[in-house]
Amino acid sequence: MSAAPEIEHVDILVIGAGPAGLAAAASTASAGLTTLLVDENASPGGQIYRRITRSPFVDAAILGDDYWEGRPLVADFEASGAAFCGETQVWSLDATRRVGMSHKGRSRFVQAERVIIATGAQERPFPIPGWTLPGVMSVGAAQTVLKASALVPDGRLVIAGQGPLIWLYAAQHLRAGGTIEAILDTTPRANYLAALPLLPQFIGSRYALKGARLMREVARKTRIVRHVDALRAEGEDRVSAIRYRVGKKESRIETDILLLHQGVIPHVNLAMAAGVAHRWDERQACFAPVLDPFGQSAIDGIAIAGDGAGIGGAEAAAERGRLAAWAAIKALRPQVEDKVPPVEEILKALAGAEKGRAFLDRLFLPRKQFRVPVEDDTIVCRCEEVTAGAIRQAIKIGAAGPNQLKAYLRCGMGPCQGRLCGLTVTELIAAERAISQDETGYYRLRMPVKPITLGELAAIEPDARAVSAVVRE
Amino acid sequence: MGLGREYDVAVVGGGLLGSSLAWGLGRLGQRVVVLDEGDIAKRASRANFALVWVQTKGLGLPEYTSWTLRASETWEQLAATLETETGLDVCFRRPGGFHLALGDREMELRRDVLARLHNQPGAADYRTELLDHAGVRKMMPEIGPEVAGGSYCPYDGHVNSLRVFRALHTAFGHQGVDYRPDHAVTAISGNNGAFHLTTRHGEIVAGKVVLAAGNANAMLAPMVGLSAPMEPNRGQIVVTERAAPFLHFPMTTLRQSDEGTVMIGDSKEDEIDDRAHHMPIDVMMANRAVRMFPKLAALNVVRAWSGIRVMTRDGFPIYDQSESHPGAFVVCCHSGVTLAPNHAFDIAPMIASGVLDEAVVGAFSARRFARPSGERAA
Amino acid sequence: MFRRIASANAEMVMIEVDGVPVTARRGESVAAALLASGLSIARETPVGGVPRTPYCMMGVCFDCLVTIDGIGSRQGCLVSVEDGMRVSIQKGRRALA
Repeated sequence: MSAAPEIEHVDILVIGAGPAGLAAAASTASAGLTTLLVDENASPGGQIYRRITRSPFVDAAILGDDYWEGRPLVADFEASGAAFCGETQVWSLDATRRVGMSHKGRSRFVQAERVIIATGAQERPFPIPGWTLPGVMSVGAAQTVLKASALVPDGRLVIAGQGPLIWLYAAQHLRAGGTIEAILDTTPRANYLAALPLLPQFIGSRYALKGARLMREVARKTRIVRHVDALRAEGEDRVSAIRYRVGKKESRIETDILLLHQGVIPHVNLAMAAGVAHRWDERQACFAPVLDPFGQSAIDGIAIAGDGAGIGGAEAAAERGRLAAWAAIKALRPQVEDKVPPVEEILKALAGAEKGRAFLDRLFLPRKQFRVPVEDDTIVCRCEEVTAGAIRQAIKIGAAGPNQLKAYLRCGMGPCQGRLCGLTVTELIAAERAISQDETGYYRLRMPVKPITLGELAAIEPDARAVSAVVRE
Repeated sequence: MGLGREYDVAVVGGGLLGSSLAWGLGRLGQRVVVLDEGDIAKRASRANFALVWVQTKGLGLPEYTSWTLRASETWEQLAATLETETGLDVCFRRPGGFHLALGDREMELRRDVLARLHNQPGAADYRTELLDHAGVRKMMPEIGPEVAGGSYCPYDGHVNSLRVFRALHTAFGHQGVDYRPDHAVTAISGNNGAFHLTTRHGEIVAGKVVLAAGNANAMLAPMVGLSAPMEPNRGQIVVTERAAPFLHFPMTTLRQSDEGTVMIGDSKEDEIDDRAHHMPIDVMMANRAVRMFPKLAALNVVRAWSGIRVMTRDGFPIYDQSESHPGAFVVCCHSGVTLAPNHAFDIAPMIASGVLDEAVVGAFSARRFARPSGERAA
Repeated sequence: MFRRIASANAEMVMIEVDGVPVTARRGESVAAALLASGLSIARETPVGGVPRTPYCMMGVCFDCLVTIDGIGSRQGCLVSVEDGMRVSIQKGRRALA
C-alpha cells in the first residue's frame, strides 16, 4: 500500500456516447489528442441512437430516418482514433479530474487533462398515483427496448403525457405492428396559446414538418384524448387501468401496460456531484449547469455538452459536443487549431439546430399538477417509498429544503440517488414554502454517483493521504 | 410581552444538540425558539455515525467516563418518551459494541488505551473486555481472519439518529417549541434577561440564550462573554444498500442500521470543507471493512459523504454559563447522539433554572482551557 | 410484458432466471430479456416489500435491480446477457451469502 498507485492518463475523457459525446470525442481525437469515450451501454449511440451499430432491425423504416442519422456520427467517431469503453460506469469525478470508473466489476482511476461530460438527459419524473406499479414504464423505456431488442408491449397499451417523444414512439410502435388503446395527451390548453408567439420561428425549423407528419400518422390509427388534467394508475400487484380526467369528466381505461412521459431534463448527477453549479431554468422547468458559451464550467477543465447542459435535442447536442471539443483543442493544442473546423461554423450550425426549441419548450411545459403531485398518496421517492403527503408533513415540521427533508424522511437516499425524485422534491418544497426553485436548491449530491460494491472499492489502491486519514496508530 | 420578549429561551442551533436541549426545555413548559441554519449547513446531525458510545471515552478527563455512562443508561428512557410523544421509534439498541483490531499492532494499541483510561483516578468503574480473535468470533462469526481481536463494552449501542432528529422536531410541534430554519444567528447583544439575536429575518428577543451551534459556537460565544475553543475536523462515511440483518453489534467503524444499510467510516482529516471528498479515503475504509467482514464485499455502496465533526480543542464537551452575561449558556460537544438524554434531562433543567450545577458539569467548563497547557492533555 | 418482433441478427443465448431457462438475444440487456421472458419478473423492494418492474431502462431508476451470477443489485438494464448467465429476482433486503 506504500507505492503510489499507477493512474492512466488521457488528454480528453468524454463521458457518454450519445451525439454530444460522439461528436466531441471525434473532434478531439482527430486533432491528435488522446481521447477516451466511455459509456454505460455496450455500444455507442446514447439513448437517441441506442444500439445503432448493432441494430436488430431489418426494416429500417420502423424506427424512421431520424434514428439512422446517427450513423455518420458513429462513423466519424470510429475513424477518429478515439478509444471507446462500453459497459463502463463513471462513479467519481473530482475537481482535479481524476475519474473513477467501473467496468465489469473492476474499478480504476483515469486522470484526464479535460473532461467533457456528455451524460445527456433523463425523462422528467412523472409522479402520479400508481406510477410505481409493475407494468407502468416510461415511454423512453419502451422505446429503448424497441430500438435495442425489437420488443413491443404485449397486451393493451395506453400512453399518457406529452412531448415529441410520445408521438415518435407511438408511430414507431404502430409501424412495428403494435396497437394503442389510447393516447392521453396532457398538454394544457393554455400552452397552445402561450406558445403561439413562438410559432413563426418554429414553422421554419426541421421539427415542424416532421412533428406534424408524425402526429397525423398516429392520429389516423389511435384514439387521442386531449387536455387530460389528472391521471391515476390503478391495480393491485400490477397496473390494470388508468383513470383520467378531462375538465370535470372522469374516465377509466383498462390496460396491461401504461407508458408515461412528460419531456426530458438534464441528467445532473455527475456534474452536480463534481461541484458544477446549477441554476433553475424557468423555460425548461429544470436545473441546468452554469456554463460559458463553449460549455465550460467554473471547474477548470470540466465541460458539459449535449442535453446535460440544457435540453436542445440530438442535433444541437452534437454541435455542443464539437464546441466543447474546440475549446479543449484550443487549450491543449493551440497549434492545431487551424486544422479543426472554425468555431463560427459550429456556432452557426448550433443556432440552426436550436431553432424552434423555444416553441417546443413552451408548448410542452408540463402542467404544475404533474410536476408537483396534488394527491398525498402519490409516491415521490420511489426508492425509499416516500409520499407527497409525508413530504408536506415534513415541510411543516421544518424541512426548509431537500437536504433537511432527506434527514427527516430518507427521501432521495436510495440507490437512484434522487434521480427520480429530486426535481419533484425541489418543486414541491418551493410550492409549499412559496419560494423559488433556486432558493429551495437541490439534493447535495456526492460520489459515488453510481453504486459500486464495497469489494470493488476495497480493491483499489488507496493513496498515502487516505492511509493516514483512516489508520490511526 | 411585558419585557419585550416573546421567548424564555432562544436555542441557537437546531441540530441534535440544540434540539435535545430545546425539547428538554419545552417539556418544562419553557417558551423556546430554535434558531437554525438553512438547508445547506455543516450539520453534524445529518452526517453522524449514530453510535451511543461509551468505551474509550474520557481518556484525559475522567469525569467524562461517568457522564457518558449516564447517557447510555438513560437513552432507553429518551427513546421511550419520544415514541410516546411522536409515535416514532428511534430504534435505540444496546447490545454492546465492539472496536475491532486488524492485526496485532492495533490490538496492542487498544490494550494500551484501555489500560490508561481505566487507570485514571475518578474514572467510572465499568469494564471493557478485551477479546482475542476466537473470543470475538464467538459473538460475531462473520469476522475475517485478519481480525486479531477487539474490545467489547456492554454499554455501547446505537440508534437511528436521523429519526431522533425527526422525532425531536416533530415533538416541537406538540410542545409549542418554535423551530425556525434559515435563521442563522449573526450577532447577539443585550443582557439581563433580554438577549437580542440578529438573523436575516429580523431580531429575536429571549430571556436566555443557549449556544448550541456546533463549531460556530467559537464565533458566537465571545458575544456573550463565553469562550468555546473549537478544532473541527472532517470525517467521511460510506453507506451501503439495505441488506438483511446480519451485524448484531455496532462497532466504532462499522454498523448496520435498523433499516439494513451498513455504515462505514472513521476517517479524520484536519479539513473543514465538507463539500470536498477524498475518494481514496472511502477506498481505504472499504478495504478495512471488507477485511473485518469479508461478506460485505458483495454490498453496493449507495452513498458517501463528508461531515465536519464538532470538536472542542481537547475533544471533551463544554458546558458553561456566562458570568458577564447571566442567562447565556454555551453547550458544545462532539457526541450529540450519545449525550442526547443528558442534554434533554439534565442540562435543560439547569438552563431553565438559570444555573448550571457545578457538581454535575463543573469539570466541563471552558475554564479548563485557561489552565497551563499540559495539565489536561488528552 | 413485451413480445419480440422479427429482427435481424437474432443470435440467441440461453440464460437462467430463478432456475428457469430463458432465451434471449445476444447483445440485449438482462432487463430487456426479462421483460420478454413471459415470466413474472417483479422484484420486491427492500423498503416496503412492494413489487416493481423496470421503469426507465436507461440506468436511472434502479427498479431493474437483479442478482446476476451471484452478484446482487445490479442494474439489469445496463448489463448485456451472456450465454449461461444466471439471474435471480430479488425479494426484499438482500441476504449476504
